[in-house]
Amino acid sequence: MALEAVMRQSEAAAAPETGTGKPVIQVEDLSLTFETADGPVYALSEVKLTIDEGDFVSFIGPSGCGKTTLLRVIADLERQTAGRISVNGVTPEEARLKRAYGYVFQAPALYPWRTVERNVMLPLEIMGMSAAERKERAARYLDLVNLKGFEKKFPWQLSGGMQQRVSIARALCFEPDLLLMDEPFGALDEITRDHLNEQLLRLWERTGKTVVFVTHSIPEAVFLSSKIVVMSPRPGRIIDVIDCKLPRDRTLDIRESQAFAEIAHRVREGLRAGHSYDD
Amino acid sequence: MTTEALATPPVSARGLLARAFAGRSGPLAVVILAIIVLWYAGAVWLNAPVLIDGYERRDVDWSFSQLAGDAMAMERPILPAPHQVVAELDKTILGTSITSKRSLVYHAWVTLSSTLLGFVMGTLLGIVLAVGIVHVKTLDRSLLPWVIASQTIPILAIAPMIIVVLGNIGFTGLVPKALISMYLCFFPVTIGMVKGLRAPDPLQRDLMRTYSASTNQVFWKLRWPSSLPFLFASLKVAIAISLVGAIVGELPTGAQAGIGARLLVGSYYGQTVQIWAALLTAAAMAGLLVAAMGGLERLVNRRMGVRA
Repeated sequence: MALEAVMRQSEAAAAPETGTGKPVIQVEDLSLTFETADGPVYALSEVKLTIDEGDFVSFIGPSGCGKTTLLRVIADLERQTAGRISVNGVTPEEARLKRAYGYVFQAPALYPWRTVERNVMLPLEIMGMSAAERKERAARYLDLVNLKGFEKKFPWQLSGGMQQRVSIARALCFEPDLLLMDEPFGALDEITRDHLNEQLLRLWERTGKTVVFVTHSIPEAVFLSSKIVVMSPRPGRIIDVIDCKLPRDRTLDIRESQAFAEIAHRVREGLRAGHSYDD
Repeated sequence: MTTEALATPPVSARGLLARAFAGRSGPLAVVILAIIVLWYAGAVWLNAPVLIDGYERRDVDWSFSQLAGDAMAMERPILPAPHQVVAELDKTILGTSITSKRSLVYHAWVTLSSTLLGFVMGTLLGIVLAVGIVHVKTLDRSLLPWVIASQTIPILAIAPMIIVVLGNIGFTGLVPKALISMYLCFFPVTIGMVKGLRAPDPLQRDLMRTYSASTNQVFWKLRWPSSLPFLFASLKVAIAISLVGAIVGELPTGAQAGIGARLLVGSYYGQTVQIWAALLTAAAMAGLLVAAMGGLERLVNRRMGVRA
């Protein structure tokens, strides 16, 4: 019963407009089943979702709810087994071949034999940019993530938070309109995480990029997002889509506000509903 | 009191010794010393029966010190004493013009040139095979068993065949020997590089996929740099066995030149001192070659930012 209520609520919540309108990602009845030795695993089941240009959308849910899998389908790192998905109006594969998105992984995934600067230049080299342009962009985006002066360091000489910032600079430097982030701050301590959350928010505000962000932290999701997608495991599905109409120029202080608490409460309710259904 | 004692640390022989043993030189010196002592003891012990036979046949009275002295000065001992080998090395390396056929330097160079040629060819072959195995599924399934089977054939059995066959079609000297070296040393390179080229983790490969990188780009920007630690481990093994291959290749050629030829001639005429001198030269060459690979590895590591 509780779930039905949530579902009805989510339909109502999905209607209002966020972002600037034009849909960037459209997902229809998408399912993905992994065939394993222990039988099929239903990672995603009939997922329906639209992400508009300029949105900051968070996928939140417990482990195994398919949030990372959904992000990977968008990035064409996995293929769905049923349903349709379009990214910028084309298939994820075509979008990937056009280098439509920058992807930030859970781990920094820096290449240890490259300096910080050359790690950031990696996508630019692959895309055939001139050496001068590569240099200029690496400098610009390292500055953006506050890593000026660390160009010649190797990854092991940096802290975990700094490494993750390098990986963000690497995802931004070829200027994709779409940024896909898979728990990028999951492994960091809370203070570093707060700081990076604020930096990311400023970046989103300034560039107007569309961001899809996977997390399992409720405060992080509420603080960052314009839209929160609550997911539930076994089978992985969407149980609520919540609009988060906090002002774009929000600061960390907003976490003390009533509006913040209300949205966080609704996210928590959604997560709990999904969980009780599972048991 | 204590500060005074700290200010003037006593420099004693004991302090020096302690410092030597804290590092590598102390233990190394002990091991070398032990080997030399054992070697002398072994020389006396192994050469004694022949000498005693001689004394008894000539009805000479003999003492142990006389026996020991004679055992270390025989012309064709079972086991020559270290100083005899050193004298032979001195004579054939420093005391002979390097263009002479009696010079060990000349023979070492003959062996070294085919070692290096075989090593380069073997390394290239090994890398090419590994690249094929990693990129082509059919090769992955079909090639590796043959690569492994190739190494189960004793090289001593196949080396004369290679020399004879190649000699018949006009290849003599350097090339057949280098081919035997290549045959031995491509193997560790292939095995190491297959592992090395597959070393990148799924995350590093996914990253390349998000950039829609071509197979070529994935190879040069990810697979190749990831494989270098494996390559150097293989190269150190490969260069040592490449030397073995070159020496083995010199044995059936009629022994014209090279370390292998020195070994063969030495055994024809019972010149054990010459054999040991050649053996030590080969060992020193192997050590230097492996050390050179280690140096190259450190150089590359520094460029690749490997944590010291």
